[in-house]
Amino acid sequence: MSSGTQPGTPAKPAVFPTMWNNKRAAFAFLAPAVAALALIGIFPTVFALVNSFRRYNLAKPRDPTPFIGLDNYLTVLYDPSFWGALGRTFMFLVTVVPIQIALGLIIALLLHKPGLSGFKLLARLSLVIPLATAPAVAGLIGRLIFNRDFGVANAVLAFVGAGPVEWLGDTTNAFIAVALMDIWQWTPFCALVLLAGLTMVPTEIEEAARLETKSRWQIVRYVQMPFLLPSVTVILILRTADILKMFDTVFTMTRGGPGAATELVSVYIQRVGFRVFDQGVASAQAIMLLILTIVLARLYVKYVYREV
Amino acid sequence: MAVASAENTAVRQASAPAKPKRLVNAWHLVGLLAIFLFAVFPFYWMVATSLKTQAEALASPPIWVFTPNLDNYYSVLFNRDVLSSLINSVIIAVSTTVLAVGLGTPAAYALARFEFKSKEELWFWFITNRMLSPIVVALPIFIMARTLNLIDTHLVLVLVYLTFNLPIVVWICTDQFRGVPRDLDEAARLAGASRFTIFWRIALPLAMPGVAVSAIFSFIFSWNELLYALVLTRNTARTAPVAATSFMSGYDLPWGEIMATGTLIVLPVIVFALIVSKHLVQGLTMGAVK
Repeated sequence: MSSGTQPGTPAKPAVFPTMWNNKRAAFAFLAPAVAALALIGIFPTVFALVNSFRRYNLAKPRDPTPFIGLDNYLTVLYDPSFWGALGRTFMFLVTVVPIQIALGLIIALLLHKPGLSGFKLLARLSLVIPLATAPAVAGLIGRLIFNRDFGVANAVLAFVGAGPVEWLGDTTNAFIAVALMDIWQWTPFCALVLLAGLTMVPTEIEEAARLETKSRWQIVRYVQMPFLLPSVTVILILRTADILKMFDTVFTMTRGGPGAATELVSVYIQRVGFRVFDQGVASAQAIMLLILTIVLARLYVKYVYREV
Repeated sequence: MAVASAENTAVRQASAPAKPKRLVNAWHLVGLLAIFLFAVFPFYWMVATSLKTQAEALASPPIWVFTPNLDNYYSVLFNRDVLSSLINSVIIAVSTTVLAVGLGTPAAYALARFEFKSKEELWFWFITNRMLSPIVVALPIFIMARTLNLIDTHLVLVLVYLTFNLPIVVWICTDQFRGVPRDLDEAARLAGASRFTIFWRIALPLAMPGVAVSAIFSFIFSWNELLYALVLTRNTARTAPVAATSFMSGYDLPWGEIMATGTLIVLPVIVFALIVSKHLVQGLTMGAVK
């Protein structure tokens, strides 16, 4: 997978250009997938865009659904709950991702360090477990572990003489508990991506550096870091997209509560659309989220696929 | 390359100067065991709780030693009808994966091989869909599915899951096809093979590792998905994750049954993921390292 990940540029000039310049053939191969994705991706999105300009409440099926211009967007712009949810999502992001990267780096370094290969294999395989766990189930596990009365988190705290902590009933602690479950689930991802970066460091360079200095940190900082930067960029952008999408874990663990303490943006839009039934406003919110996602995806392609 | 780690480590160990530092090794061991505990504990706790009686599950402080029993599994599978939800999940996840691979691999082949205008934009559009929040599509899809009487059918989930499966297949397989030399395709073309034959008989078999990785991801993501399933199904097509959340009402939650359902959802995926872990990690880290 060296360098050629950017579309458009062939790895080498085609020996047989007429074969690969055939538009009709390219179209035949692409058409089914494009048609399918247009039908289930673009068409609904356009429909959502149309709905975002309408008054449309599912709870009032008999009401007309007139076009009301930008009213829904104005409602969203002046809706403190929407900005609250977006702000909370941002807070979640800046809380969780640095911890995941730091822990992931420690794990990756431990897995990269020579020796103890049996235990390393065991640890690396165990990382698959959080990754394979359905986020909805991770939320259920979180709800059990952080139960105030019989949760194992409070039992551990009691063992060291602290607590009991009201985890899911308290606004700050519920946020922390959801963050902890997310850290459990996604730190392995960060660790594996960073480990893949570490294995890219040429062995000779790493060993030469080891002869030069005994400082572990200096090796990380000056020898391994340059190879880790692409991994970190990927983690940042994928995790950002994931957290903007995040629904399952929060829904099963707290339903966004207590109050709105853990209501991240996707959970909030789901509530407006399917529990308040205001499809018009929810669509406007979804379109704004979509725009944010597209901007992020652009950044992703720009920084990850062009400049690395 | 993403996961040549096993081989690399072996080489490194052979060439590294052997300095038996017991203290360093001890810390290394402690660290590795900590990783293991961190990763496994919540999963262990779920499985353990699923094997407890309701009284044991609600005991405070939590019980660590108990006699495991399978009552919760019997009860969720047959009384709570989780069995039919699991069957629904299998049907939906398999169908959508087959469809995604069938539609996605030719597209990936075209993106990797052919030269045409705005190819990059097209590729970018596929990838953007992967980042799309399901809620953006869930709102309009719900209304459309209601009009078409598709609510609570397998079909609607199979189709809607393509919004994230198709981009995964296109993304991973485009990368894979690019790694397969064009010379074979060109030689076959000179020998008179049709374009489809070249794709089907030559390029696709060589790209199998990537196809397999993307299929694994499609399956796992579809199997685990909650938001669309929650919005678009009721009873007949209810998937397993929706079934797991359906116990979450009332005051005294049946924790043993909830965790039994969770285990039934997660355990097959974990076993499967461990078997194919090399490919799984390769797919996850794809694009991260170049």
